[in-house]
Amino acid sequence: MQVPILKQGSYLIASVQAALTDADLLDLRDRLAVQVGVYRSRGVVVDVTVLDVMDSFATRMLRSIAQILRLRGAETVIVGMQPDVAFAMVQLGLRLEGVSTALDLEEGLELLRRREKGGSNHGR
Amino acid sequence: MAADVRVPIESDADIVTARQQGRALAATVGFGNSELTLIATAISEVARNIVEHAGRGEVILSPTEANNSQGIVVVARDQGPGIPNIEQALRDGYSTRGSLGLGLPGARRLMDEFEIASKVGKGTTVTMKKWIHRNLTEFPLRPRR
Repeated sequence: MQVPILKQGSYLIASVQAALTDADLLDLRDRLAVQVGVYRSRGVVVDVTVLDVMDSFATRMLRSIAQILRLRGAETVIVGMQPDVAFAMVQLGLRLEGVSTALDLEEGLELLRRREKGGSNHGR
Repeated sequence: MAADVRVPIESDADIVTARQQGRALAATVGFGNSELTLIATAISEVARNIVEHAGRGEVILSPTEANNSQGIVVVARDQGPGIPNIEQALRDGYSTRGSLGLGLPGARRLMDEFEIASKVGKGTTVTMKKWIHRNLTEFPLRPRR
């Protein structure tokens, strides 16, 4: 199922609605890479609240999304990671190095705003 | 006891089906939520291994029981190229496909038992089990003094 991407001000919100196949994740990556240019977005929030599994492929995709978008001039924040999912990722040895995270959508948007005001692209 | 579930694996969409079926079966066995997530994640890794290396195969999910413990058995089987060096394939960070190389070693960490049988040119069978650890979930809280 294709992940809807919503525009909110200078930010994009990709709100995952259901379990994602590998193809869905690749599609999300490709569309975000284009849309940050189309909408001249400075930040992207990827909301993974509904995901009940984050395996090695999904983790690798989220990392590449964040890296690609940074090269396109936008910051990425992953929000909504469930406690059990975080627990399983740590057990598995998966890390989201270099990717910002926040508790929920509200916190994620706040993080992007703060970062834009601070003028830093690399603050954590 | 619930019946075995067989999920044919032919595309990336089947990976999602396998882990959802595995989660559902493990829930009927009586696993708690965080263990369900560990089991579903491990299934995702071994199912993806089939898609990436063999193209097709199957995941068989069954309830099991031993020494008064309930558990789940996950068998992921393919007739793909096989793994020439299992020890290497189970090492963190080893990958032939540019992935993170955490799939099989990661799945092993998530489950209680993990075995690979593989023959080059014949295929690979991964068998993994997880048991319900009652004594861990019913950890008694002692009153503070």
